Amino acid sequence: MIRTVLLMLAIIAAPLSAQDTMPPAPYAYTQLEDPALEAKATELMSTLRCLKCQSQAINDSDAPMAGDMRHQVRTKILAGEEPEAIRAWLVDRYGDYVSYQPEVSSTTWPLFAVPALLILVALLILLRRVGKRRMEGDE
Amino acid sequence: MIAELGLAALWLATALAVLQIVSGVLGLRAGEKGAALAIYARPAAVVQAFLAVLAFFLLLWAFAITDLSIKLVATNSHSMKPMLYKLTGTWGNHEGSMLLWVAVLALSGGLLAGLERRLPHKTMSATLAVQGFVALGFYAFLLLSSNPFERLPIPAVEGTGLNPLLQDIGLAIHPPTLYVGYVGLSVAFSLAMGALIAKQVTPDFAKVMRPWVLFAWVFLTLGITAGSYWAYYELGWGGWWFWDPVENSSLMPWLAATALLHSVSVLAARDALRTWTIMLGVLAFSMSMLGTFLVRSGVLTSVHAFAVDPERGSFILLLLGLYIGGALAIFAVRAGSITEGKRFSVTSRESALVFNNVMLSAILAIVLLGTLYPLLTEAFDVRVSVGPPYFNPAGAIFAIPMFIVMGVGPLLRWKQDKPARIQFELSLIAAVAIAVVSVVAILGDYSILAVLGLALSVALGIAAFLPLRGRKIGRVPLATWGMIMAHFGVAVSLFGMASESAFTEERLAAVTPGSTEQLGDWNIELMGVDPVAGPNWTAVEARLAVSRGDEEPTIINPQARNFWAPAQATSESALVTRWDGQLYAVIGEQSEDGRWQLRVWWKPFVTFIWYGGLLISLGGVLSIVGRVRLDLKRRSAVRKGKARRDDKAALSGAPQPEPAE
Amino acid sequence: MRPVFFIPLALFLFFAGLAGYMLANGRFEAVPSHMVNKPLPEFTLPPAVDGLPGTSRADFIGGKPKLLNVWASWCLPCIAEAPQLEALKEEGVEIIGIAIRDKPEDVGDFLNRYGNPYTRIGADDISQLQIEIGAAGVPETFVIDAKGNIRHQHIGDIRASDVPKLLQILEDVQ
Repeated sequence: MIRTVLLMLAIIAAPLSAQDTMPPAPYAYTQLEDPALEAKATELMSTLRCLKCQSQAINDSDAPMAGDMRHQVRTKILAGEEPEAIRAWLVDRYGDYVSYQPEVSSTTWPLFAVPALLILVALLILLRRVGKRRMEGDE
Repeated sequence: MIAELGLAALWLATALAVLQIVSGVLGLRAGEKGAALAIYARPAAVVQAFLAVLAFFLLLWAFAITDLSIKLVATNSHSMKPMLYKLTGTWGNHEGSMLLWVAVLALSGGLLAGLERRLPHKTMSATLAVQGFVALGFYAFLLLSSNPFERLPIPAVEGTGLNPLLQDIGLAIHPPTLYVGYVGLSVAFSLAMGALIAKQVTPDFAKVMRPWVLFAWVFLTLGITAGSYWAYYELGWGGWWFWDPVENSSLMPWLAATALLHSVSVLAARDALRTWTIMLGVLAFSMSMLGTFLVRSGVLTSVHAFAVDPERGSFILLLLGLYIGGALAIFAVRAGSITEGKRFSVTSRESALVFNNVMLSAILAIVLLGTLYPLLTEAFDVRVSVGPPYFNPAGAIFAIPMFIVMGVGPLLRWKQDKPARIQFELSLIAAVAIAVVSVVAILGDYSILAVLGLALSVALGIAAFLPLRGRKIGRVPLATWGMIMAHFGVAVSLFGMASESAFTEERLAAVTPGSTEQLGDWNIELMGVDPVAGPNWTAVEARLAVSRGDEEPTIINPQARNFWAPAQATSESALVTRWDGQLYAVIGEQSEDGRWQLRVWWKPFVTFIWYGGLLISLGGVLSIVGRVRLDLKRRSAVRKGKARRDDKAALSGAPQPEPAE
Repeated sequence: MRPVFFIPLALFLFFAGLAGYMLANGRFEAVPSHMVNKPLPEFTLPPAVDGLPGTSRADFIGGKPKLLNVWASWCLPCIAEAPQLEALKEEGVEIIGIAIRDKPEDVGDFLNRYGNPYTRIGADDISQLQIEIGAAGVPETFVIDAKGNIRHQHIGDIRASDVPKLLQILEDVQ
């Protein structure tokens, strides 16, 4: 019981301990001038994970580190980098965890194999349930 | 006294649950004759419902008067809190919400036991035994590991307060609604198991089950809708769905319940899909329990996880293994003995319903896989994230064919039909979809999923009303109106989702008071920023004058709040709702040069997402009312018929033949 | 009995086993850096406090392996790890600090109060180096060998029991 209370207190207190007084990075809360580039950045940012938060994209978080990551993304987009290159750059540092968009790899292949399998199973069920009936006709 | 009384009520309810199991099992054994003890199952369930609800109200009372000698109140409440949030604080924590869960469980069990008279004795006995068994597990959980009435040795001087994110009217309605939905599915589960054990999977059983499924489904829909809207305005970034594990936990039972709802209709109307219905009945409640496990055990990372504890996780896992493992084992052994039921041709309403059942199940499988996959890799110390870029396309593979068939299915006849008969409707739906795709393609460059979503939603919105074609409006049954409303709601919601994802405009800026920002055709002027204070928080409040085109400006007041018990900061967004969308404004921090961070979004038709949810629920309600009314009419007709036969029998002295059902 | 009806049960048992395993073993919560065993990226950071120099990649090249400590004055676990850093310094380990999103006066206060184990502290106001080396939070400590390669990452505050382990690793990568 005590542990639970402590745990809950820890959860509640957690955001407090991570408070700092520094102003946010320049591009944390500022959009890029060019709407096309900003759109690219927004799309990428909404699929990158805020590492300090529980489960939020860096585009949905007020955590200072999320702001710093947004700054990195916008700076790199402004420098002409492609969104997928920036994603790869972050994955090189933090692993697949940082990206909400799983890529096919040795650790994630079931995520892609299962839907394919599901399509087959669904077809099979439908053929069995519906197809056979037509040949046998009504009861 | 309150705490002791509540605890006593819970223990008594536990004892009655045991009686209910014993009595139910004996009733099942004895068959239609009935055993001496078998008559206690129904009263045990009814009295239990009273006791569990009483226990919940006692806890509610303790929160209302802030009884700080009760540990739960001391750790979750505060004497300075507004009364409303003192009350909602009752279920804003683990113990209180489990008590609410148990109270609803007992209440549903009591209602089932008290009102249901149509089922064969064997099925009813088995159902009540299963319901008692489920209740017993949750009473044990509450009493052994999550006692809400635990006293503190010395009463606390002041409470620690409630997580500020939860001090919101959204919390007042969202979790309890969802629980009613989750727990309502327990009745469907008990009925499915009862019918399976008694081997009486019949259309009559389906008719008994249907209102329960509808009832749970309406509450799940409302709960998800409210939860989504709450996350939208409370988390401060305008997101309404992020495929977060906790969000998925509420969606999965809904998907299963939606499939169950349609399959139970087939069983009731056509005596087909018997095993499939039983399977979905088990699956739907499994998903409810799985959701509870995921949210409370802390095995997955979520933004919405508020009270996690691995020990409680173990207890819930144990219950999950007992009920779901047990049910699936019985299903594996017994399902073979239940025949599939009546047959139907490819072009029939049954086929369309089967198709959509399979698609819904496939979507459920995708959501389940994506939610649990990180858990699997973490067992190997690898962390991955699965988010919207996975769920959206993978779900769409099955959702798109489902929406198409959903438009056509209700137009087909039961058993057998010819596609040529509905040629006009088919061409109309296709033409509308193609027209919308073309228009959107001319408007701009949007993602494929958004374009398809827009096209399907418009086509579906029209298709929803096509079953009325050629019918006398006045004579359409209420349940059919329910279906039309619910299907139209899906279209409305889908339109909102697609529109929000395609057309949202965003403006982030650092502004000085007096300056004006532009967003689409909106002008947003920051008039000033003032400090304000609430009962348990202080805040900075921005005064924004927003106007669209040349209209008169509206003043809105987004706040950045700092709560002091417990200390935490939240953003209170300010919304301007128009028929065609919402303006969403958030005030952030002040930078060193004195400018304020302002975030503004214009989200066209975003409100349709939740209007759609409400329409779907309304459809469910209409359907329940329609079915129950029909049922009561039929019952009174049967009663009158019986009375007449009895009269005749009394007159002639000879038994009259029973009419065929 | 038909085998197909056992599939749901099998899937469920697989899930229950997995969930039970996760509950029993606790979660793997850390986000490890994938930069371990890769070269430290090029960087230059200005001083974070008066009286101590800033730092750049060149400071790690040559001599003995060094510790790179990512910390901040506003971080509570950093207070807990201060004595351990002091102990490592006593053992002759050179520790270079990276102060994340910190003000010079706060850094100064922290060092006055809890001691100064650092030879240099770089100011990383926008978490640039933190992201470059794949550190997900504060505090984190990296072992950098004399060639400038990242050889080990310690996530979270250094406990007393971690000190000998870190000394051993510093020895091993020499």
